[in-house]
Amino acid sequence: MSTDVTAGGGHGAVPTGPDVPVRTPVPPRRGWPLYEVFLRGKRGLNHVHVGSLHAPDAEMAVHAARDLYTRRNEGVSIWVVRSADVTASSPDEKDPLFAPSGDKVYRHPTFYEIPDDVPHI
Amino acid sequence: MHEETVYDALTAAHGDDARWAFGTGFDDPLAGVDTTVPEGVHPADLGAYCLMLGDDALVLSQRLTEWVTRGPELEEEVALANIGLDLLGQARLLLARAASVGALGRSRGRATASIPDEDALAYFRDPDEFRCTGLVAAPGGDFGRTVVRLLVASTWRLALFVRLRDSRDPVLAAVAAKGVAELTYHREHAARWVLRLGDGTPRSHRRAQAGADGVWPLLADAFTATDVERRLTSAGVAVHPGELRQEVEGVLVHVLEQATLAVPPWPEDTAPSGREGQQGPELVALLRTLQSLAREHPAGTW
Repeated sequence: MSTDVTAGGGHGAVPTGPDVPVRTPVPPRRGWPLYEVFLRGKRGLNHVHVGSLHAPDAEMAVHAARDLYTRRNEGVSIWVVRSADVTASSPDEKDPLFAPSGDKVYRHPTFYEIPDDVPHI
Repeated sequence: MHEETVYDALTAAHGDDARWAFGTGFDDPLAGVDTTVPEGVHPADLGAYCLMLGDDALVLSQRLTEWVTRGPELEEEVALANIGLDLLGQARLLLARAASVGALGRSRGRATASIPDEDALAYFRDPDEFRCTGLVAAPGGDFGRTVVRLLVASTWRLALFVRLRDSRDPVLAAVAAKGVAELTYHREHAARWVLRLGDGTPRSHRRAQAGADGVWPLLADAFTATDVERRLTSAGVAVHPGELRQEVEGVLVHVLEQATLAVPPWPEDTAPSGREGQQGPELVALLRTLQSLAREHPAGTW
């Protein structure tokens, strides 16, 4: 089966010719792996999860993340992680892990005054 | 002041929205730039040269945006479209510069008065008034050929823009200085793909090689100069394309060898053709698409 999918081979006003392979039925996509993207805009901030993307490998994922999630800003630090490598908590375990433990007030740092000029808290 | 989110930090650190289509406004693209023509330079020469470089960008931009809705993956489609947008931005400045020195040809008479000069040049010139090279006008072909052509075209243009930053024309120097970062990115993107396709599967290797074999002959007139380029090079405004040959060949050979691809034979130099307005049916077809909406609905808004 031919798998020549080209920019020029579609419908409408796109030029076609002997040099442009005609679009044939789209082959089944093997699919690129999914990566989770983390950005840190400035030193002193944490990397923050901003989304995910498909890429053929990790290096291309960083490259694509610069395009998709930043404005090609070279000063931004980018991490990518294969989504398959993320170990996540199960929603079924929600109660024991995330129950607010409202009775344990010492878990919540609510007794401190945060000065106005301290950022990122 | 501090940023609440990572997005705020990114915006604040950037501060330059100029490469984005949205939010840049569509007023005079050369506002605030010194547009004095350098002493001893013929405005007609400068205009012709700006059309050459502007048309290269405009036409390659159109070739890249042909991939939109047809990309192998959404992420790659966005990347190619973004590169196309960068080039469109370069085209806009260069066409505006051409217009500022009177190089409007027949286009101004065809476009209604409310259409800006650079749009008149982009949408109301006929193919024989275009000055792009065959390197950018050739169809994109499959993805392998597309990335090889992007590698070749961005390597050539980057080598040019690096030198053009010292142009005596303040507008060309400014356009080049801004474009160098963009073109570095374009070349990097293309090189990454050529490496992966060439050194990938047997099929990707075969198609990348076919792409290189198809693109290399387009270099025949990439290093030969028109009279306009010669005169402007003497005047310190332009760069003779022959000066780029060594650097361009060095980069291309390096990338292809790394990608385990055979470097196709270098074509014999030929006289400039596209730069002299000799355009083939490929450009005619491309312009029919590019210009159809503007010609059918002049100054249309939506």
